[in-house]
Amino acid sequence: MSDRIFGVVGILLAIAFAVSALAIEESFLSDAVGPKAFPLIIAAVLGLSSAAIALRPDPEPQWPALGRLVEVGAAVVVMILYAELLPVAGFVIATAFAATYLAWRLGSGLLGSLATGVGTSLGIYVIFHLVLGLSLARGPLGF
Amino acid sequence: MDILASLGDGFGIALTWQNLALALLGCFLGTIMGALPGLGPSNGVAILIPLAFTMGLGATPSLILLTSVYYGAMYGGRISSILLNIPGDEPAMMTCLDGHPMAKKGMAGEALSLSGVASFVGAFIATWGLILLAPQLVKIALLFGPAEYFALFALAFMTLGGVSSTNQAKSAFAAALGLGLATIGVDTQTGVPRFTFGEVHLYDGLDFLVAIVGLFALSEVFIFLENRHGGNADGSKLKIGKLYPPMSMLKACTPTMLRTSVLGFVAGVLPGAGASLGSFISYSMEKRLVDKEKTFGTGDPRGVAAPEAGNNAAAGGALVPMLALGVPGSGTTAVLLAVLLSLNITPGPLLFSQNPDVVWGLIAALFIANFMLLAMNIPMVGLFTRILMVPSRVLMPIVAMVSFVGIYGISGSSFDLLVMIGFGVMGWVLRKLDVPLVPIILGTLLGNSMENNLRRAVTIDNGNWLTLFDSPLSLGLWAIAIVGFVLPLFFGRKVKASMHERRDEEGSISD
Repeated sequence: MSDRIFGVVGILLAIAFAVSALAIEESFLSDAVGPKAFPLIIAAVLGLSSAAIALRPDPEPQWPALGRLVEVGAAVVVMILYAELLPVAGFVIATAFAATYLAWRLGSGLLGSLATGVGTSLGIYVIFHLVLGLSLARGPLGF
Repeated sequence: MDILASLGDGFGIALTWQNLALALLGCFLGTIMGALPGLGPSNGVAILIPLAFTMGLGATPSLILLTSVYYGAMYGGRISSILLNIPGDEPAMMTCLDGHPMAKKGMAGEALSLSGVASFVGAFIATWGLILLAPQLVKIALLFGPAEYFALFALAFMTLGGVSSTNQAKSAFAAALGLGLATIGVDTQTGVPRFTFGEVHLYDGLDFLVAIVGLFALSEVFIFLENRHGGNADGSKLKIGKLYPPMSMLKACTPTMLRTSVLGFVAGVLPGAGASLGSFISYSMEKRLVDKEKTFGTGDPRGVAAPEAGNNAAAGGALVPMLALGVPGSGTTAVLLAVLLSLNITPGPLLFSQNPDVVWGLIAALFIANFMLLAMNIPMVGLFTRILMVPSRVLMPIVAMVSFVGIYGISGSSFDLLVMIGFGVMGWVLRKLDVPLVPIILGTLLGNSMENNLRRAVTIDNGNWLTLFDSPLSLGLWAIAIVGFVLPLFFGRKVKASMHERRDEEGSISD
């Protein structure tokens, strides 16, 4: 069933891709092929392979239970928040929070997660910023 | 003699303190990444790319660092295979078959040192193979026009599809997806924006480094979160014992090592194969050839030597098409290609004439790294086994954060981080569905030059599309491509099924 859904999604993706390829505005200065042809070929391959997947599905993959899906979803949300808040909160604070969260969800205890989070954040800050000179996001506190 | 002179120049380039230090660092980090289940050569190299850029390294030093990681990972994978029966990375899965039984018999130290020697032999022979074969391939590649290059790219995708997945349709889907992602951005020939939907950040196209780190490193984090494997390996199994193999064992394994090195090298050169296939066919062939007493699978030293020589040789072999043609044959070489492209160096025949310092410096560094790895992996193997004890609940947050830092360090934009998270989720879903990730990476990397070659070829011939099938050379390439795609439909299923049988859930990115 998963593969059938996947195949149908793939076909829709291919159609959407082809439609937006056809909508590309051609410039008056174009080569013999133009900007549309290659995407259209790709869309065809995408559509055909999706159809093949839908018609001849593989055995069902093992999907995680709902709880685990929520787990992955929550991690995605935390990462998105991290990406958005990085320039606001500064590197060290944001990273310490995100790493602590991940360590906690992977089964560390409270103190262990905190140690992992703070350690990761400071470690990266020292190695990448102080030693190697990479510019990291600067928060209001200057780090 | 030409070759030896160039190699001499190469050593001149590689033997600077900086390059030696980078090779040492790369070997060390690579062995760790190979040994830790969940971090393989491709995602190991991927998360280190930003490091190379941050340090402001030039092309040769970056490549030396990252290929040392690549070779190191090939060495390191065996450690957890032998001690824990968990392959540290995919190419090491065959080493479990005989390595772990040997460890159970109390011969862990012998297995580790023997496999270290086998890795050395494989990598050493493959590096010579690279020296001899790559310049010949360059001569052929110089005959290629745009139409032939287009056919070559098609060949790479089609043969990759033949080996990398149990389902051809899914490989084709992955390749098309990657190529489609590559078309995002301003069209290089006419300057019109494509698939940007008005988003300014997309005008430059997607940065393939963002895609690689997201697909490889972040999806791994999600897999670990899903399974909540936060623990570490059982320490009681990690008894090593004697660290040097008896001479008689080395002697008995020498023919095996030599044979499988050659075989692994050939497997590595073939487009789309890579190290996993190299170790797989090496083990299978040796089993057929020398296993008269049916001792393979019960701790036969030859069964440890064969896959290790095979996968290290394949790792060297996979560098041949990447350097000579600009078409990588495996996941990790695709990542290395990304490095080269980001440094504004286009691999392929011109690389050998225009940047010989890069090529020969790299080759010399490979020799040096190989000796370093041998030295590191036999006496110091105890250190690496201790690193195996780092639980993944500590390791995975570090991997995730280093990925974020690396990408942020390159671009400094939150948008790229969001794109990377998107790729991470996509990678996780696709891995669940058994869609291979390597064709996606290859597609995003090669998409633009594939399209440019297509358009150049057709434009040169005044819009005649049949020009793609005009020359005997391109016809030959198309023929190989079609055979490479169709043949596995009939014969591949069995081979792949038995190969994928031993694959574990984590660390299952094909190399």
